[in-house]
Amino acid sequence: MIDQLSWKVGGQQGEGIDSTGEIFAMALNRLGYYLYSYRHFSSRIKGGHTNNKIRVSTKQTRSISDDLDILVAFDQETIDVNIHEMRDGGVVIGDAKFNPVVPEGSKVRLFSVPFTEIANELGTSLMKNMVAIGATSAVLDLPAEAYTEVVEEIFLRKGAKVVEKNMEAIRRGAVYFMEAAGGPLAGFQLNKADGQKRMFMIGNDAIALGFVAGGVRFMSAYPITPASEIMEYLIKKLPQFGGTVIQTEDEIAAATMAIGANYAGVRTVTSSAGPGLSLMMESIGLAGMTETPLVIVDTQRGGPSTGLPTKQEQSDLMAMIYGTHGEIPKVVMAPSTAEEAFYDAVEALNIAEEYQCPVILLTDLQLSLGKQSVEPLDFGKVEIRRGALDLNAELPEVEGGYFKRYEVTESGVSPRVIPGMKNGIHHVTGVEHDETGKPSEVAANRLKQMDKRLRKLKNLTFNTPVVKYTPNEEADLLLVGFNSTRGVIEEIIPRLEAEGLKVNHAHLRLIHPFPLKEMKELVDSAKKVAVIENNATGQLANILKMNLGSHEKIESILKYDGNPFLPSEVFNKCKELV
Amino acid sequence: MATFKEFRNSVKPNWCPGCGDFSVQASIQRAAANVGLEPDDLAVISGIGCSGRISGYIKSYGFHGIHGRVLPIAQGVKMANRDLTVIASGGDGDGFAIGMGHTVHAIRRNIDVTYIVMDNQIYGLTKGQTSPRSAEGFKTKSTPEGSVESAIGIMELALTAGATFVAQSFSSDLKELTAIIQKGIEHKGFSLINVFSPCVTYNKVNTYDWFKEHLISLDTIEGYDSSNRMQAMQTLMEHDGLVKGIIYQNTQKPSYQELAHGYSQDALAHADLKMDEQKFNELLAEFM
Repeated sequence: MIDQLSWKVGGQQGEGIDSTGEIFAMALNRLGYYLYSYRHFSSRIKGGHTNNKIRVSTKQTRSISDDLDILVAFDQETIDVNIHEMRDGGVVIGDAKFNPVVPEGSKVRLFSVPFTEIANELGTSLMKNMVAIGATSAVLDLPAEAYTEVVEEIFLRKGAKVVEKNMEAIRRGAVYFMEAAGGPLAGFQLNKADGQKRMFMIGNDAIALGFVAGGVRFMSAYPITPASEIMEYLIKKLPQFGGTVIQTEDEIAAATMAIGANYAGVRTVTSSAGPGLSLMMESIGLAGMTETPLVIVDTQRGGPSTGLPTKQEQSDLMAMIYGTHGEIPKVVMAPSTAEEAFYDAVEALNIAEEYQCPVILLTDLQLSLGKQSVEPLDFGKVEIRRGALDLNAELPEVEGGYFKRYEVTESGVSPRVIPGMKNGIHHVTGVEHDETGKPSEVAANRLKQMDKRLRKLKNLTFNTPVVKYTPNEEADLLLVGFNSTRGVIEEIIPRLEAEGLKVNHAHLRLIHPFPLKEMKELVDSAKKVAVIENNATGQLANILKMNLGSHEKIESILKYDGNPFLPSEVFNKCKELV
Repeated sequence: MATFKEFRNSVKPNWCPGCGDFSVQASIQRAAANVGLEPDDLAVISGIGCSGRISGYIKSYGFHGIHGRVLPIAQGVKMANRDLTVIASGGDGDGFAIGMGHTVHAIRRNIDVTYIVMDNQIYGLTKGQTSPRSAEGFKTKSTPEGSVESAIGIMELALTAGATFVAQSFSSDLKELTAIIQKGIEHKGFSLINVFSPCVTYNKVNTYDWFKEHLISLDTIEGYDSSNRMQAMQTLMEHDGLVKGIIYQNTQKPSYQELAHGYSQDALAHADLKMDEQKFNELLAEFM
């Protein structure tokens, strides 16, 4: 019996590869297994190789695995492209239709199962993926009944007969495999899972859910990979709360419309990826200068320019911290799991209103699109804090008739009112301005307002700016990362420890303002620091060096070929470093 | 009820003496009072350029944004609080050059915003460069040999983009301009009001006298029907766009706010943000 296995299904894009993986994963999720998946896809609608790699485990896991136990292939290309990932003794199940072959000398076991033929016998070739699922389940020794619930949910609206046909396809696939293999294969049966019901969602789902729970009632956004799911979820859900989403003409409109709506008092977000964020840079400066709350999600993908639109990368970091001309207060948050993405989406809204500034919620493609098992989310932790905005305030009449929206205060945060409030009239402008918002170029005023704005984040309170694993007071190696690399780092720590190394881990959940105190302690107490990131220039490592010095001990482990790190890659590089 | 004086503040505009924008400002203030607004109920959103400063010269909520983005900001404000009257305002460079992408989409989206453009056919604040409304052959600092590009026929363009309210006026005609702005505010949907507002410093061609000579009032065209889109287009083309009055109005088409699925009848800005736990659990269950 085993505790985890890695499964992959591949074929041509548009052929139902995703749904095959989805049904397989959902059934296992309901049995209480932890799942983590990563989709390989291209920037096209139909055609081209696509695959869905799914990790099944009895324990929480947030990384893809080094090797593959089972490969389900709908074409020969899937075998050719993925065979190198197969472990010795792994199983390849191919559709008999294309006469699957594996390279000579390969130590995998190949089974040819007539997916298409069996499906045709049952009435439609569309069910070939159900036959494939059946064959897979036979390898795992999972009963077909494990799929009943999921199949019913998907097909019941098409009638009980369709449900029965699909279940039959699963059973036929299983029976065929059992006969071909002479029974379940040894070494592929998973230990029983805990049976807990967990959500199975992508990071973008978690963010979108966080926004709805956190009081977002309006969104303006422009479609882009890998961010669109956030907009699509809000399009579905916001009308249930009286809100709505506008798909704008571009990302500049998305950001500025969100600024207008936030100024007028509605929690409004926008989401995009690198190219969209580049277009939003001037607007981010406007939000900073006008002290308008604004939450923007940046789902990082391969850059620069159009780059690798469907591939993993973490190269927007510097742009998110420093982007926009001039100097503004800005917060950059980086959740590393779907759970954190949910809570951070809520918190980003609170911080944006409390500190009246733009907040970038940074993710990466692997976190945004990787589907994973998610522990129950705690409703009790969802709170809405609007800072210095009191919608029911009875404002006194003020001399001159202008409210001091930019009043210089000790914290830097000024009282906020919204249009429509009596005695709250003030002016807002991206031009340097005085306390009432009137444009002013007077040097003394400039200093006061600039200092006031930049002072706001000095008092930023942030729960868990760094996610830490620190069993060692003095570590041989400190591993540092942000966003989705958390999974791969957590996976290799036990392996490094097994080699006798003392390893600490720091994952930055708050990138900017930089969590100096926490990071300094950790870096100071480590002999070597390895910063693991998906970019070519070591951006996070440079941020660390800039803030902490310690250049001599900070090393980079980088990957920027578009694919997430494999555990063995990071493990081997870490060993080279120490 | 507020009078137009209550929409005044003590800020002295930094426009040149004789600038057409003064009259546009006064017309907005009068129109706001005429439709019965209080200063608290009005938000004036403006762009960048000489005319963009207008949000600071009117006693109301005001937002002076970034160049070319007046319309997305204004639409965001209106979507957030449908009880507010939202006026967007800026120049021809702001709206028809850098901001043209937004102008066309604001027109077809039809959110209830009144967009008043102060059209002087030149870039004033940057000291005299060509604008997308400059005529062919117009000499400026950036077109010393005369512009070789065509001027945008903005009224015609608005009609083809699906506008529900298209009007044009002249800053000298304070009374007519006030009446048009008033109608624009009352129109349920997006209204585009292009106002010829001469730049006395940098445009020596399109002067007050030039407009007086060239502009034709639609009132003088017998049988002109502003609900007839075809006639509107034909009239604009016959007169090279140099007409004034309400060119076209479609009162049948509901505004975006009326059509947006699920969008609350009450101002979103006052919505209760707290979700109840049962609803939260329902949302979670969809992922199980």
